[in-house]
Amino acid sequence: MARAGTKRKAKADAAISGDTRREAIRRRELRLKEEARQARRVRPLVTPEGAALNLKIATASERAGAFLLDFALQIMMIIASVWLIALAFSSMGFEGWMVAGSVSAVIVFLLRNFYFIFFEIGRKAATPGKRALGLRVAARNGGRLTANAVLARNFMRELEVFLPLSLLLMTAEDQVSAWIRLLGVAWAGVFVLFPLFNRDKLRVGDLIAGTIVIHAPRTKLKQDITSVAPARKDPAYQFTDTELDAYGIHELHVLEDVLRQSTKEIKARVAERIRDKIGRKTREGEDDVAFLEAYYAALRARLEQRMLFGERKTDKFDTGNRGED
Amino acid sequence: MNDRVMKSYRFREERQDDWARLDKIVTRAEKRSVRALSDEDMTALPRLYRQAVSSLSVARSISLDQNVLAYLETLCARAYFFVYGTRVSIGRRIAQYFRRDWPASVSAALWPTILAALCLFGGAALAFFLCMQDMEWYWTFHQGFDSRNPEASVESLRATLYTDNTDIADMLAAFAAQLFSHNSGIAIFAFALGFCFGMPTAILLIYNGVYLGSFYAVFWDKGLGYELTGWLFIHGVTELFAIVLAGAAGFMIGGAVAFPGTKSRMQSMRDAGNEAALVIIGAVLMLFIAALLEGFGRQLINADSTRYIIAITTLIFWLAYFYWPRRHREEAG
Repeated sequence: MARAGTKRKAKADAAISGDTRREAIRRRELRLKEEARQARRVRPLVTPEGAALNLKIATASERAGAFLLDFALQIMMIIASVWLIALAFSSMGFEGWMVAGSVSAVIVFLLRNFYFIFFEIGRKAATPGKRALGLRVAARNGGRLTANAVLARNFMRELEVFLPLSLLLMTAEDQVSAWIRLLGVAWAGVFVLFPLFNRDKLRVGDLIAGTIVIHAPRTKLKQDITSVAPARKDPAYQFTDTELDAYGIHELHVLEDVLRQSTKEIKARVAERIRDKIGRKTREGEDDVAFLEAYYAALRARLEQRMLFGERKTDKFDTGNRGED
Repeated sequence: MNDRVMKSYRFREERQDDWARLDKIVTRAEKRSVRALSDEDMTALPRLYRQAVSSLSVARSISLDQNVLAYLETLCARAYFFVYGTRVSIGRRIAQYFRRDWPASVSAALWPTILAALCLFGGAALAFFLCMQDMEWYWTFHQGFDSRNPEASVESLRATLYTDNTDIADMLAAFAAQLFSHNSGIAIFAFALGFCFGMPTAILLIYNGVYLGSFYAVFWDKGLGYELTGWLFIHGVTELFAIVLAGAAGFMIGGAVAFPGTKSRMQSMRDAGNEAALVIIGAVLMLFIAALLEGFGRQLINADSTRYIIAITTLIFWLAYFYWPRRHREEAG
């Protein structure tokens, strides 16, 4: 509603707000797409109690990262053990370098074949690399992860990792062996890239063993923000339904993240934007954090209440009656 | 609007002590072992776990606190893996493997084992007879790196079969070399390649059989058959048996992929994979024993008859261990 005197200014404002609205809608679409992409990673597992756990499968990049960490660790362990053996032999004044070589060869053999098996059979079902990235191995059907499955998936690694590696290190002397090598690399490439081309990011070993790698990091229970909210009696922190209906669940979650982990400046900026949106003035000496916490508590109460009636307001664009907007 | 009456807040306040307790139990169990838990914790665990799971479904429908939801999701998943995880200690698991699982899985895989043996020894027999007819065949199977070829003299061939003066370094070196040479590599590849319908496994076995057969023919041709058999079989019984079993594991998977029967192909592959893993880990153990026999036994024992006795004893031992019919006691695993 623009009045005659301020018509031009209002028009400019409308243009700006039109732009910001378009930008907001574009961002919303991106966000929904990302949410859909994340939702595809979730594998519901119905426990014997009948409840559904939403297990999240690990992405290919997470798995590659975990593997590289483990591989680096293995190499470091090999170097350390060989060095220790060399040190022990030379300090004993014993010149049996052939024996030292043989002993280290056996250690390398054991490390190469049993590093993964040892850690994955353990209670955490994860190697140090997997643990660092919050991953663990689980049985695909939700049952027990058996030792057999761990063995099967790790013996396949020989084919998926060490065969391609040795093919790459192989030297080609003539035309024929170069071609054979190329074919071998292509063939091995199928195994290396296999996880990228299936829904569950399974590698061949997972396929054989019936396992899946999931992303299940430890999460800490933090304090409920509403429990530290300032005095509720204060009329300054009372919000009307219209003020609360400006936002939806997505904005509530963003606000939660802001309150839990942002800097003071960001909090001040967010508080400013919320005041703008709901049409409030900053009062003398008002604390931004207190305002945000109060608004968060009120908004959450309002949204949870509506949820009990079966109305989920997903974000600020959600008017409840779809198709009409 | 009073947030103290917010349902999700009260819900959380009433239950979070139990969540924290469950969290503590699961963390302790993950860090150390089940034995670190007190009896009190163990009895409380099922209740706490069920409560957390039901909290999760309630929280999904009434709470908008992201942190609570994420916390409960991961807590329930961790508790689930613990409650339904395997409780058998590693020691008991190993004991059970040697007492029951290994022989049972090997004797259950009788047909794949026979097929793998046919591939390996069929290839060996083929190469042996080809070479006996015309030694030129040797050069199609081998490149000229090995000094033990048809042109070598009887004396130099005989010398490779016995060791005059041995010291520990030689034995250890032989042991390590045998561990690496290619045996365990072949075994693991024979298993891993199985799932391409078993074809690569068959080729690998035949190829190694051919290699072995032509090698044998060289010695046989020079009248050293008896001596070579002793030299080879003191560890070869165990080693070749292991490679045959690894091939059998590969064929099990290949067969499951090619002929899944009424199961889905994925399910069939998974079942066979789990079964074959039991066979393959046994094969790796056997290769370890074979490397010990080759590295130490063969260097120390230079009498043909003793070598034969050891070879036959190990053969009888393995056959009896794997195929001796035993009563199936029902045990909860």
